[in-house]
Amino acid sequence: MKRVYVNEEWCLGCHLCEYNCAFANSGMTDMATALKGKRIFPRIHIEESDRITFAVSCRHCADPLCVKACISGALTKDEADGVIRIDRSRCVGCFTCVLVCPYGALAPGEDGVMQKCELCLKNTCGEPACVKGCPNRAIVYEER
Amino acid sequence: MADYIIIGNGTAALGCIAGIRRVDPGTPITVISAETHPAYCRPLISYALEGRAKPEAMNARPADFYEKNGVTVLYGKRAVRIDPEAHTVQLDDGQVLPYGKLCVAAGSTPFVPPMTGLDTVGQKFSFMTMDDMLALDAAAKADSRVLIVGAGLIGLKCAEGLARRVAHITVCDLAPRVLSSILDEEGAALMQAKLEEAGLTFYLGDTVDRFDGNRAVMKRGAEVDFDLLVLAVGVRANTALIREAGGEVNRGIVTDTRMHTSLPDIYAAGDCAEGYDASIGANRVLAILPNAEMQGECAGENMAGGDCVFDRAIPMNAIGFFGLHALCAGRSLTPDEGGETIVERGPGWLKKLYVKDGLLVGFALIGCEERAGIYTSLIREKIPLDTVDFDLLKQAATSAAFSPAVRRQKYGGAV
Repeated sequence: MKRVYVNEEWCLGCHLCEYNCAFANSGMTDMATALKGKRIFPRIHIEESDRITFAVSCRHCADPLCVKACISGALTKDEADGVIRIDRSRCVGCFTCVLVCPYGALAPGEDGVMQKCELCLKNTCGEPACVKGCPNRAIVYEER
Repeated sequence: MADYIIIGNGTAALGCIAGIRRVDPGTPITVISAETHPAYCRPLISYALEGRAKPEAMNARPADFYEKNGVTVLYGKRAVRIDPEAHTVQLDDGQVLPYGKLCVAAGSTPFVPPMTGLDTVGQKFSFMTMDDMLALDAAAKADSRVLIVGAGLIGLKCAEGLARRVAHITVCDLAPRVLSSILDEEGAALMQAKLEEAGLTFYLGDTVDRFDGNRAVMKRGAEVDFDLLVLAVGVRANTALIREAGGEVNRGIVTDTRMHTSLPDIYAAGDCAEGYDASIGANRVLAILPNAEMQGECAGENMAGGDCVFDRAIPMNAIGFFGLHALCAGRSLTPDEGGETIVERGPGWLKKLYVKDGLLVGFALIGCEERAGIYTSLIREKIPLDTVDFDLLKQAATSAAFSPAVRRQKYGGAV
């Protein structure tokens, strides 16, 4: 399946991917209205040390620990396209997925319910907005 | 090939079905389910009590799951005897079913210690099943006073579920702190403060000496009046079937790392099983949901002729009450075994990392849960701390602490 992969040597640490993610998942048509002056809850985040920055989002694991550990049945792997999705109406915010995801790819949204990258396949963007907006191809969306 | 039988219809059974079907798409599977519901997300029962989950939307799998997987579920039936020589399971209705491979995924049963006067109590409940929850749900009224015996996960989740719908909740436990099997003193104190803020009253290091109708007299003399009694002292693994069949049983059904019991063609998984715990390097009952799922999958694959080893189980718990979450994994260190405990704390939060022999062996994070799974992976994968930037990790769970080679593999490849 196509996944988002990291080319960390190209990452500028500009955090644009986080803003594009939050906007793509906001359901709004204007970025300023969606994000300006607000705390954002993106599904991708920049990891950084004093030496390196790179963007991390869900790896859509072949054998996902989060799905096995989910107590509410909210997290599932779509067998057709391999995408791990969350049914936010079922999530009770127990944090078990946060405890088991080795990539730190799940976090609560503004409402306390968990959220994660679903590759923008079901929002209006249609492909990962983070990749589309990355100025330096530090993240790519491809088969590997 | 002869049919598969799974005794139990919880998370381990679901894992087992998935494991079998990965290897063997066709041979029929029979599930013996004592409960009369399709497999549901058991930990949601407290959220159902609270009104945050709907009983009809708690199924663990889509409605067509059993049919699609060639599974026949016998609802409301109990297995009463296994004959390992004849390869048969006898049910409580007298039916005898032959099996090729069998998985015991029978879970656990609430343990009720002998308590003086318990028979004088009118309304008493356990809190393990959907039916337990429905019974409590029907009995709980706005003016109910509830006494919960047991300040472990089950008792306290029950308390959280009831907190906003009853008049008052008292919780007692023989242990000197809440969640004593999971949290240390300091962590437990943080959690207790949160629970007290929500209106709960605690009697810790104390227990019920005797019941007299709607009154409990505590060992230390206090008297607690209540309308509803919830018994959440603990659970016992359901091991009787295997013990009576001559299999090796300890606190749970003893299995190897392939989830095979000591009896031929019989596997065990989930809360009834005593499998390998990598955090202590020995067998132990790890009654947690992810473990049940993974043990079940492993058992299922092996039942179907696959070759699966599950030797990465570690204890881990995400426990939250009223918005304060405790995330723990691995083990803590006792003072005499050496090692290092790294502690950071602030108002309302606490972080402890346990390091020994160059490895992270455990952690407890309360009120600071961000990306905790990165710490969990260090424990599960036994990643030597001298290969990561541990100083960075002490501050926060971040994958920037991994070496470039590990980062390339984790974020540049399919996983």
